[in-house]
Amino acid sequence: MSNSVIDRAARATPTVVAQKVKGLSDRAIAWIFVAPTIFILLAINIFPLIWTIYLSFTNFRVNRPNNAIEWVGLRNYERILGDADIWMTMQATAHFLIWTIVCQVVIGFALAYLINKKFKGNDLWTTIIVFPMMLSPAVVGNFWTFLYEPQIGLFNYVVGFVTGADPSSFSMIGEVSLAPWSIVIVDTWMWTPFVMLICLAGLRSIPDSIYEAAECDRASKWRQFWTITIPMILPFLMLAVLFRGIENFKMFDLVVQLTGGGPGNTTTLTSIDLKREAFEKWRTGFSSAYAVILFVTVFGLASIYVKALNKVKQR
Amino acid sequence: MNSAAAIGLMFGATAGAGSAQAADLTLCWAAWDPANALVEMSKDFEAESGHTMSFEFVPWPNFADRMLNELNSGGKLCDLLIGDSQWIGGAAENGQYVKLNDFFDAQGIKMDDFLPATVTGYAEWPKNTPNYYALPAYADVVGWTYRKDWFSRPEIQAEFKEKYGRDLDAPKTLEELKQVGEFFQGREIDGKKVYGAAIYTERGSEGITMGVTNVLYNYGFQYENPDKPYDLEGFVNSDGAIEGLEFYKALYDCCTPPGASDAYMSQNIDAYKSGQVAMQMNFAFIWPGVEADPNVGGGKSGYFANPAGPAGQFAQLGGQGISVVANTENMDAALEYIKWFAQKEVQQKWWDVGGASAMRAVVEAPGFAASQPFAQTFLDSMAIVKDFWAEPSYASLLLPMQQRVHNYVVAGNGTAKEALDGLVKDWDEVFEDEGKK
Repeated sequence: MSNSVIDRAARATPTVVAQKVKGLSDRAIAWIFVAPTIFILLAINIFPLIWTIYLSFTNFRVNRPNNAIEWVGLRNYERILGDADIWMTMQATAHFLIWTIVCQVVIGFALAYLINKKFKGNDLWTTIIVFPMMLSPAVVGNFWTFLYEPQIGLFNYVVGFVTGADPSSFSMIGEVSLAPWSIVIVDTWMWTPFVMLICLAGLRSIPDSIYEAAECDRASKWRQFWTITIPMILPFLMLAVLFRGIENFKMFDLVVQLTGGGPGNTTTLTSIDLKREAFEKWRTGFSSAYAVILFVTVFGLASIYVKALNKVKQR
Repeated sequence: MNSAAAIGLMFGATAGAGSAQAADLTLCWAAWDPANALVEMSKDFEAESGHTMSFEFVPWPNFADRMLNELNSGGKLCDLLIGDSQWIGGAAENGQYVKLNDFFDAQGIKMDDFLPATVTGYAEWPKNTPNYYALPAYADVVGWTYRKDWFSRPEIQAEFKEKYGRDLDAPKTLEELKQVGEFFQGREIDGKKVYGAAIYTERGSEGITMGVTNVLYNYGFQYENPDKPYDLEGFVNSDGAIEGLEFYKALYDCCTPPGASDAYMSQNIDAYKSGQVAMQMNFAFIWPGVEADPNVGGGKSGYFANPAGPAGQFAQLGGQGISVVANTENMDAALEYIKWFAQKEVQQKWWDVGGASAMRAVVEAPGFAASQPFAQTFLDSMAIVKDFWAEPSYASLLLPMQQRVHNYVVAGNGTAKEALDGLVKDWDEVFEDEGKK
C-alpha cells in the first residue's frame, strides 16, 4: 500500500478520535484499521497463488501426505504443453467460448433491440426471456439431458418433425460431431437473457435527443443504427463479452451434467480436465502447473481486453 | 492413529465387547438398494449391542469423490466405511483404514471362511499377502440379464435358428452374445422397437472401464507381465487386447440403443426394465430388483455369466469390503460391528434380504444355488473374477483408461491399438511418478 493512501486515511481520521488514542500516531491508527484487510487479502489471494506456483514445480500429491515432496523442475510444464489431450481440451474450450459468446451477443442484442421498442406486454416478455438464467446450471443440465434424449426427447422430436428425420437416429450429446453444439445451445439458451439485459440497459441509456437530432438531419434508420446505436452500445456489448467470457472459461457444472466431458474428450473443457487432475487423480503438483498456465493465459487475454474496453469507453 | 494405539484399542474392543459404552456409529456407503437392506439388518445390531447406527449414503457417481475426500482430509464422518475394492491400496498405505489382522485373530474371524476372490479383491494389501484392511462385505461381479420371455417365443426362436443355425439361448461366448445383440437390434416386439444390449459406456467415473474389461480379459488383456510387475508393454496392448477392444466397439456400434453413449448401472437398469433391450450388462447387485420388477421379473428374465472369449472366461469384480476408518472415535463399537457382521447367521440374513454375502458357509451351502433364480449365475460369475488395479494411485490409473477407451469406443477416435498404446504410456507415467518403474 502506498504512503499516500495511508496519509490520506490518516488525514481522514477525525482529530478527536486520534487524540483519544494516546501514544499512537495517526499513521499507526490507520495501519491498525487497514492491516486486517491486508492480512486477509494476502492470506486468501497472494499466499495460495505463491504456494500453487511452488507446488507446480513438485510432484506433490495431496492424498499422499506421507510422501516427501520432490522438486521436479519444469517437468510438469513440459508434460502439459506436450500433451495432445490437453491441447484438445483447450481447443474444446475455445470452441465453446467463441460460439457461446457470438450466439449470445448476437441473439441477446437482437432481443434487447426488440424489447426496447415500446409494445404491449414487453415487460411480460422480458420476464419470460429472463427465466432460464434464474435456474441452477445443474438443473438446466439435467433438464436438457432429457430434452436431448433420442427416443423420448422433445428436442429430437422437434428436429425430426421439422426435417423429417428419424428422431432416434441422432444423439445430440452422444455423437462427437453434435456434442460440442449441444452445450453451446444450452448455454446460449440459459445466458442470452443476461446479455440481453446488459444491452437493454445500454439501449435505454442512449438519450432520445440524439435520435431526434439525427431525424432532423434526415438520417435513415439504418444510418442511425450504425452511427448512433452501435457505437454507443459497444462498451456494454464488450462488457457482456467480458462477463460471459470469464464465466464460460470456468464453465463446469452445466457441461458435467450434460455430457460429462464426452463423448471421448469432445466436450472436456479445461475446468473439467483440471478438476480431474487435481481432485480425482490427485496429481496436485501437475494440476498446479496446469492452473498456473491457465491463470497466465486468462490474465494475459483479460488484460489486453480490458485495455481495449477502456479505449472504447474513452472514445 | 499409529498401529500400536490401534492394536491397543482392538484388544480393548475384544475384552469389552458388549460392555462398552453405547456409541453412535456412522456407516458410510453408496446409496443403493443393498444399503437400504443393511439399514434394516443393522437394527438387529443396535438391539444386541446398545449402540445406535447412523448412515451416510452417497449416490454412486459421487461416491468415490465424496468418500476419498473424507479419507484424505482426515474427516471424522465415518466410523465404518464400505469402500470400493480399488481403494484398499491407498487407504492401507496412507493409514486411513485400520489393519484388522490382530482383531480377526483375537475374534476367530478367518479369511478362509470367505470366497478367495473377495478376500483378495476387497481385503488384502498388498494383494496376495495376508494383510487385511477389510472384511468382505458385498460380493459383486459383472454379469448379464436377458429377456427369457422374448428368447422363448417360438417365432423368434425359429427366425434365429434359421439365421444362425442354432437355438436362441443365453450366449456362451462373446461372439454368440454379439449375434444375439444384432438379432434383436431394431426388432419390433409387441409393437415396440427394441435393441440388442445395454452395455457400460459411462465416461465420468469408472463405467466404461468396468464394462470393457469383461471383454478385454477374455481376449488376453493383462494388467502387467506376470513375471515382472509394472511391465505393461505387450500385455496391456497385446494383440488379443487390441482385438478385444475392437470387439467392444463393434458391440457398441451394432447393438446398443440410440443415445447409450454415457450409460452405467442405472441407465442400463432403466433400459432393461422399460423393455428397451434384450440383454443388459450389469453388476449382480441389480438381480434381486430385476426379479421383483413387475415388468421383467417373476420368471421373465434369465441370467448368465460373462461369456467366454478366445483367451478364456473372466468377469469384472465389483463389490466392497467393510473397513474401520482409522480416524474413528468409536473404535470399540466399530470393531463390534465387524464382529457382528462376520457371523454366519448375519451373513445368511444378508443374502436373504437382498445383500450378497461372500461367506463360503452361505454361498456354498446345499440349496444356495436354487435359493434364487440368479444364485447359480452369481456363483459361476464369482468363480471367474478379475479386478482393476488396487494400487494407491488407482484413480490416476482409472481415469486415463476411461478416457482412452471412451475416446475409441464411443467417440470413434483413432484405433484400438492407439488407445491401448496410449494407455500404456499413461500408466507408465503414473508408475514412474510412483517410483515403481
